[in-house]
Amino acid sequence: MKLKFSLAIFLSILTLLGFSQDQHDHDHKHGEDHHHHNHTHVSDDGDHNHGHHDGDHHKNDFHTDCGASADVIEHHGYDPAATAIHHISDANVFTIMDMVRIPLPAIIYNRERGIEVFSTGKFDAGHHDNGHYGYKDYVLYEGNIHRIVCDGFASMDKYEVQGFDTAKKKNADGKSVENKYAIIDGKGYLLEQKTIWDGGLLGGGITGFMDFSPTKNVVSMIIVCLFLFWLFTKAAKAYRTRDGQAPSGVQSFLEPVFQFIRDDVAVPFLGDKHEKFLPLLMTIFFFILGLNLWGQIPFLGSVNVTGSLTVTAVMAILVFLITNFKGNKDYWKHILWPPDTPWFVKIILIPVEILGLFIKPLTLMLRLAGNISAGHIAILSFVGLIFIFGKAGESMPGSLTGTALAIPLTMFMMAIELIVAFVQAFVFTILTASYIGAATEEHHH
Amino acid sequence: MIFLSGFAPFQPTPGLALWSLVIFLLFWWLMSKYAFKPMMDGLKKREDNIASALGEAEKAREEMAKLKAENESILAEAREERAKILREAKETRDKIVTEAKEKAKEEASRIVTTAKVEIENEKQAAMVTVKNQVGNMATEIAEKILKKQLAGKEDHESFVNTLVKEIQLN
Repeated sequence: MKLKFSLAIFLSILTLLGFSQDQHDHDHKHGEDHHHHNHTHVSDDGDHNHGHHDGDHHKNDFHTDCGASADVIEHHGYDPAATAIHHISDANVFTIMDMVRIPLPAIIYNRERGIEVFSTGKFDAGHHDNGHYGYKDYVLYEGNIHRIVCDGFASMDKYEVQGFDTAKKKNADGKSVENKYAIIDGKGYLLEQKTIWDGGLLGGGITGFMDFSPTKNVVSMIIVCLFLFWLFTKAAKAYRTRDGQAPSGVQSFLEPVFQFIRDDVAVPFLGDKHEKFLPLLMTIFFFILGLNLWGQIPFLGSVNVTGSLTVTAVMAILVFLITNFKGNKDYWKHILWPPDTPWFVKIILIPVEILGLFIKPLTLMLRLAGNISAGHIAILSFVGLIFIFGKAGESMPGSLTGTALAIPLTMFMMAIELIVAFVQAFVFTILTASYIGAATEEHHH
Repeated sequence: MIFLSGFAPFQPTPGLALWSLVIFLLFWWLMSKYAFKPMMDGLKKREDNIASALGEAEKAREEMAKLKAENESILAEAREERAKILREAKETRDKIVTEAKEKAKEEASRIVTTAKVEIENEKQAAMVTVKNQVGNMATEIAEKILKKQLAGKEDHESFVNTLVKEIQLN
């Protein structure tokens, strides 16, 4: 007990150190970039707006989207929301503690040029996972590949990217949007992000390229799945080699969980049919649990796979398809023409039942993604207290106060998150079992 | 949805969707085939084994109980048998003893009776002999007296005494 407690404190402090490192690095790099930029900028830019060199409070206006002269602006202060979102977002590099950056392969489908494969090592990602260099018309901004959409932009194999900036603009429909710009050789170039299938609802949309890269989330999924596969085949082998003996090792560790899912999830909802659906339920449970716990490991970059709506949506759609394809006559009859109900109840009930068909997978998808993302954000926000109290590294006593506050809060949140990791995996599994159970239940009238 | 605008984790991207679909389906297939099926079968086999072992144990227990009951009854029977044998033996012994006693008594009384008769007979015989002897002696004495004329009384007496001395009671 004492050992565990000490370990928890140790891990929390290490996490905090990781983030402090992050913040320190931030200031350092930006200062350097700024200096470098001023040096080159003043000499060769005559067409520059007045007032840009007056201080740190100026803003690039990007009066044209392509080629407007721009400064690399050092952003003081700390934005807890932006930092948290950045840390839990998917990325084209795998960053560990803001020190180790593992480049990942990039597979881009470009509408004009087709499929392009290269390594994100070409971007030489630095602080904030912003790439120092560009490749063709791609740059790395906040860990994600973006494309420069300027027609006149000379596409080169390697060029220096001085920095990035954003500006509020009105788009063609007159809506206010936040445009992203890469600053190259003192000029701003408009960026577009990868295609996001949100119909423009969440600030995405169809763009000129799709990113099919094995990202941080994909790599995490592969690692966790391989680990689970290794662990489970090891346990499964024991049933052959240790036949007739008491379970031991991995086998005795996994067996109670397996039996729990079988006896308390599959059997109560599916009855005799439980053997048919047990592999699916087990896969869902351990896939979610493994990825939840993987995201809980400190320093591994707050991997947020099960907190990504895309991943949960894929699982929810699979559950939806399986439920409805396996649904029997009674199931459809209860939805489309509920028996033993008067006609005026039917008028209300039938639309509700049909809506329910889609609400079920929707809640599955949102519940898991929301819970895991929220947990990650809470932890990152508590860690962020250090920088809020410490005025982003300017005030030492403030930082210490923030740290003193952040340690117990983060520890508490991490403990909650551990429970949530199990609970959410369990909830997703039990709800899947109940949906399939309801769809395949034999009614005896 | 505006409040979630730019919230990257909730932005559905085709790349991640494709990868997670492929990985999940592969994981499902591999795990079903190489992990969950063997585990399910192994667990089922073990559960069946345990159930049958328990059944067998129950059966063995019943068997044992039956055997024990049988043993008990055999033992009780044996005990009864022993008691019976003992009782019979005792009866036999008593009978023999009684019989023997009666026989002995009878024999004894018979012996005594015979002895008495014999004694009587002997006594009669002895009396006859004594009578005969006494008669003979008296006759002899009388004969001798008669043969000798005795002068006085003293002669009589000494003569008789001589005679008496002569009588050898055999």
